[in-house]
Amino acid sequence: MQDEDSDLRAGVRAALPLLFPTLAVGISFGVLAEPVMGSVAPIVMSVIVFAGSAQFAALSVLAAGGGAPAAITAGLLMNTRFLPMGFAVAPALRGGPLKRAAQGQAVIDTSLALASRGERGFDRGLLVGATIPQAACWISGTAIGALGGSVLSEPERFGIDAIFPAFFLALLVKEARRGLALGVALAGGLVTLALLPFLPPGLAVIAAFLTALVGLRRP
Amino acid sequence: MSEVWITIGVLCVGTVAIKSAGPLMVGGRVPSDRTLAVLSLVAPALLAALVVYETVGGRAGGVEIDERLAGVGAAAACLAAKLPLGVVVIAAAAVTALARALTG
Repeated sequence: MQDEDSDLRAGVRAALPLLFPTLAVGISFGVLAEPVMGSVAPIVMSVIVFAGSAQFAALSVLAAGGGAPAAITAGLLMNTRFLPMGFAVAPALRGGPLKRAAQGQAVIDTSLALASRGERGFDRGLLVGATIPQAACWISGTAIGALGGSVLSEPERFGIDAIFPAFFLALLVKEARRGLALGVALAGGLVTLALLPFLPPGLAVIAAFLTALVGLRRP
Repeated sequence: MSEVWITIGVLCVGTVAIKSAGPLMVGGRVPSDRTLAVLSLVAPALLAALVVYETVGGRAGGVEIDERLAGVGAAAACLAAKLPLGVVVIAAAAVTALARALTG
């Protein structure tokens, strides 16, 4: 079955447009985290937690003096969305339990989206290949920000934060060509928008996943 | 141990556990047609949710409408004109930066 998967290099290529934005956001995480955590902890966090939105969520709680339990809760709630994503990608993974769990760590929003092959499930090579360079940029960006800061300490000034939704929108246009997929996309977007004011973002995104269950109705 | 290191340690363990659950509980079986039908809809649902969250989500939660909306609008216009991905993301960043420069 392995030969069905794309080469890791195809995943790396697919992730290229994301590398500069990921580096820039990594720098801003490092810069924002340094006064709260010191210069080493943010880098360690980017290596072993490796989940940008959860790291920002936990950081914002710590910076506000919220304490570890509240920071952990904020970060984990953000990452709950990886639970359904892990189940979705699981059939595409290969090897024993440890190897499969290790491959599962490559699941991040961008890579999962890039690895989708529609009716044929997910492509393991694209998934892992797309995550590796993004991890390198996220970690090195954090290090640059935490150790020295830089002109990119405020990536918002350059509109870097708008690159991610634009990238996701471009992928969505490709994915949602078919009628049912388009319907699910519209429903998922509306569900997220409706729930975002009331739920932690991770849970609002999970609720959007439920719209994909409409696929069960198909013969 | 300080609050920071406890946070990092527990978040690491929790995130690894969350990401491992699916791969460990679902073996390498061939998925059924209905499962594949659901899987084919996961990406559209996720992408739509992320477009919304990354466009209007506040960093501390909730909804925050700001200049990102203009940038994503520009990206949508570029996509409608079938421009390449590089142009789409640069237009999004440029329009957002310009809107911030004008309003800030």
